[in-house]
Amino acid sequence: MNEIKPTQSIGVPKPLVDGPEKVSGKAQYSADFLPNDCLVGRIFRSPVSHAEIIEVDISAAQALPGVEAVITGDVTDEPFGILPIARFEYPLAREKVRYKGEPVACVAAVDVETAQKAIDLIKFKYKELPAYITSQEAMAEGTVDIHDHREGNIEREVDFELGEVDEGFEAADFIMEETFNCTEIAQAQMEPHAAIAEYDPERDFMTVRASTQVPYYGHLMLAKTLKMEESQIRMIKPFVGGGFGCRTECLNVELICALVAREAGGTVRIQVSREETFITHRGRPETDVEMKIGMTKDGMITAVDYTAIQRGGAYSGYGVVTILYSGGLMFGVYDLQAVRYKGLRVLTNTPPCGAMRGHGITDVRYAFEALLDKMAMELGIDTIEIRRKNLLQGPKYETLNEMFINSYGLPECLDWVEKASDWKKRKGKMGPYKGLGVACAHYPSGASKPVNWSGEPHATVHLKLDWDGSITLLTGAPEIGQGSTTMATQCAAEVLGVDMSRFQSLTSDSKFTPKDNGSYSSRVTYMVGNASIDAATNLKNILIEAAAKKLEVKPEDVECLGEVYRAGTQDEGLTFNEVVKEALAGTGTIAAKGNFDTLPESWGTKKYRGGAISGSMAYAYAAQVVEVSIDPETFEITVEKVWAAQDVGKALNPLAVEGQIEGSVWMGMGQAISEGTQYVNGLGVTNSMLDYKVPTIIESPPIEVGIIESIDPHGPFGAKEAGETSLISFIPAFTNAIADALGIRPLDLPVTPDVLMELVENSTANKEAAE
Amino acid sequence: MSDKRNKSLLHCTVNGKERDDVVKDNVLLADYLRETVGLTGTKIGCDGGECGCCTVLIDGVPQHACLRLAATCQDAEIETIEALAEQNRLSALQRGFHEKLGTQCGFCTPGMIMAAEGLLRENPNPNEDEIRQGLAANICRCTGYVKIIDAVQFAIDELSSKGKAA
Repeated sequence: MNEIKPTQSIGVPKPLVDGPEKVSGKAQYSADFLPNDCLVGRIFRSPVSHAEIIEVDISAAQALPGVEAVITGDVTDEPFGILPIARFEYPLAREKVRYKGEPVACVAAVDVETAQKAIDLIKFKYKELPAYITSQEAMAEGTVDIHDHREGNIEREVDFELGEVDEGFEAADFIMEETFNCTEIAQAQMEPHAAIAEYDPERDFMTVRASTQVPYYGHLMLAKTLKMEESQIRMIKPFVGGGFGCRTECLNVELICALVAREAGGTVRIQVSREETFITHRGRPETDVEMKIGMTKDGMITAVDYTAIQRGGAYSGYGVVTILYSGGLMFGVYDLQAVRYKGLRVLTNTPPCGAMRGHGITDVRYAFEALLDKMAMELGIDTIEIRRKNLLQGPKYETLNEMFINSYGLPECLDWVEKASDWKKRKGKMGPYKGLGVACAHYPSGASKPVNWSGEPHATVHLKLDWDGSITLLTGAPEIGQGSTTMATQCAAEVLGVDMSRFQSLTSDSKFTPKDNGSYSSRVTYMVGNASIDAATNLKNILIEAAAKKLEVKPEDVECLGEVYRAGTQDEGLTFNEVVKEALAGTGTIAAKGNFDTLPESWGTKKYRGGAISGSMAYAYAAQVVEVSIDPETFEITVEKVWAAQDVGKALNPLAVEGQIEGSVWMGMGQAISEGTQYVNGLGVTNSMLDYKVPTIIESPPIEVGIIESIDPHGPFGAKEAGETSLISFIPAFTNAIADALGIRPLDLPVTPDVLMELVENSTANKEAAE
Repeated sequence: MSDKRNKSLLHCTVNGKERDDVVKDNVLLADYLRETVGLTGTKIGCDGGECGCCTVLIDGVPQHACLRLAATCQDAEIETIEALAEQNRLSALQRGFHEKLGTQCGFCTPGMIMAAEGLLRENPNPNEDEIRQGLAANICRCTGYVKIIDAVQFAIDELSSKGKAA
C-alpha cells in the first residue's frame, strides 16, 4: 500500500500559476482590453517646466468632429497623492504647471488620429516662472516656491542623532569622509502605463482597469478626485507588466482616464507612450550623499555621520518616506552605536520621483559600503573581514532606532559568497584590470505601519471551498510578475496538504477580492503569505470538524493527510471530497478567511519624528561578491560574474526566489553601469529605451545565487523579503571591485567607461605632477 | 468622419490563416495584429524599435512589428505568439519559459519567445553566445536574462531529444 501523506508545496520549485497565460499570449494587460465602442484618450502636456496657467483654450478641440470630451484642470479640484500628509497633485494641472510634460488637458475621441488633432488644437497660455532642475538650484537663496506650502522648496528635512556621535568620532583612530552623487533612475518596466475606464451613466458607476501595483490606493484616489462614493467604483488590476515601484502610488493616468470617461459618458482607453511613461516617472531620486565614518584601527565602527539630499521632483509622492528610509534603514545591517543623519528632500521642476525597488536606502547604502571598503583597504583589513567585525550580535537584536530583528542570516551570506567566489585565493591576486568586490545590504519585509491607518489588518485572504472540492483563493494582492499568487496558493496548499492543482485564484478585483494594500515595500510574501496560512488553517479546522463528525471521533483525533482525513493509522478514513460533502451539509459553500497583522514591537521608534518608517516585522539580508574586468584601452567594464547570497528566511518557492534575486542583481547593475535619466532645461532627453540604457542580454553576467534560510519566527513558514535586497548590495560590490582592479575608486553613479577613463587619466596626471 | 487617407487591400497569412483586410497605409503591423486581427499577445513596449516586445516572425524571420507598416506585408506569412501552441499544448519554448521561469511579468515574453523561435529555426543548436546574440534586440526588465537562457536551453534539449527519438 502506498503511504498516504500530505502534498508538499513549500520549499519546492514551482513555476508560476499564471505562467501558461504569459507564454501563450493569452494574458491580458490593461492595453489589451479593446471593446468596440472604446474611445481613445490622449493627454496634452505642459511644454514648460514651471509656469502659471493663464488659460487652457479647448474650444477648437471640442468642436472637432469625432471628439467626445475634452477636460482640463477644471474637471476636479480634489488633489491626490499617496501620503495623506502630502496630497498636492491634481490629475490635470490647476493654476500652475511644475514640470515639463505635466498633464494639462485630456481628449477622448473616436480614434487616435482625431485625438491627436484635437490635442494640436488646444491653446495653452501661460506665464513662465523660474525653473529649478537641480536640488542646489531649488534650495538657493531667493528662489520662487514651487509649492506655497513648502518654503524654500524643501519637502521634508529630517534630523536625528542616536547615540553619542561626537564621542564616537573622538574614540575613532581613523576617520574618513567622501561625497557621492547617484543619478536619478527610472524603473523602465516593460509595460507602458495604461488604463481603461468604463463609465456607466445609468448607474453612475465607474469601472477602471489599470496597470497598477496598488489598486486599493487607486480606488481611494478615484473616489476622491471623481467625488464619487467608493462603492460606486470597481477597480481591477489585470496582468501587469512589471512595477519596481513606479506604480506603488496612484498615477495621474488612471485618474485622467476615469475623469474623461465620465465626461464622455462612456469607455475610454489611455495607453501612454514610452516617453510619457518616463515622464510619469516615480523613479529613484538623484541623491547626493556625504558620508563620514569613524573606526578604531582594528576596524570597529565608532560613529557614522551623513547627509542625503534628494531631488524629489515637482510633487511629494512618497518623498517623505524616501528621505526617512534613507535615515532609518542605516540601522540593522551592522552594530552601529552612534549615528547622525540629516536628510533633505527637495522639490524641483522635474517629474516626480517615487518608491523604486530598494526604496530610500539604495544610494545611502552604496555610499556607506563604498566608504567602509575604502577604509578597510587603507587599514589593510580584508574587506569581508571588516564587515564580519561589525555584524550585529545575532538575532533578537534591537537597533538604536528600535528595529525588531528576529532573524539575521548575514554572517552565513558572507560565508557563502566568500567560499563560492574563492575569495581567499583570488582577492587581490587576479592581475591587472581585474578585481573582486564585496558588499552587504538589507531590506524590510513590508512596512509595519500602513500608509492609510484604517484599523484593519494588514492583509486578508479568502478561500472559497465548494461542492466540487475546488478551492478558490481570493486576494487583493497585486500579482505584478513577482509570483505573489503562486506564493499565496503554495501557502494555503501546504497547510491543507493538498496539491496546488485543487486551487484556482482570483486577484485584485474590488468586486470580488478582499482589499489589499498592494505590492510594495516587499510586504506581500510576509503579510499575504501569513494571511493565506491563517485562512487555510481556518478552512482546515472546518474540514477536521466535519471529518470528526462523520468518523464519530473528537476533532483532535482526526489526522489530516491532505487528500485523506482519518482517525488513526488503521482507519481507511475519508477522501477530501467526502469531507467536503460532509462540511457543506446544512451550511453550503464554505468561505474561510485569514488575516495578518503586525506586532506593535515592530512599529519603529518614537525617538524622532517619522521613526515609524523603517519599522518592519523582519529584514532580509544580502552579501554579494562581484567580479569585474576592465579593458585597459577603452575602459569598458565587464561584470564577469556575480555571487549573490540572500537570507530570505525561507525560500517558499526556490525558483521564484532565484528569479527575484537574479533580477535584483541585474537591475542594480543597470544603475551601476549605464542607467540614469538626464534633463536639459527640464526636458527629459533619455525618455526612450535606447537613450535610457538598461543592460541587454549581451552585457548581463552569470549570477550564482546562494539562498540562505534563517527561518524568521514570524514569517510565513519563516520567509522574508526576496525581491529588493540584492539590488542594493550589487552597486557597492561593483565599485569596490573596480577599486580592487584599478586602485582607483569611482564615487559617482553610473560608472560609464568615459567616466572611468577620465578618473584614471586624472589620477595618472596627478601622480605625474606629484613626481 | 470620412477618412480620405490611402488604404490598401492587404492579403497575408496570419498564424496559418489567410486574410484579406482593408488597412490604412499608415497602420503599423503591430496595431493591425492587435486591433484588426485581435491578437493582443503581441505587445507594444516602446515608441518604436527599442524594446523587442512586438517581435513576430515575418516569413520566418523575427522582426519588430512596430517598425513595419501592415500594408508592406503583402503576401507575407506572419506568425505571432498565438501560433506556437498546438491547441492548448504549449511548444517546447513556451514550456521552457514557463517551467524555468523565463517569464516573470510576462510583458516581454511573447516577443522574447518569437525571437527565440526565429533563432531555433535558423540554428537548432545554438551555444550560449549565439542565444545571447539571437535575443539581443529584446529587453527584459525582470529576470536579468539568466532564466531566459535556461528556458531556451530547455527547449533546445527537448527538441533535440525529440529529434533523436524520431
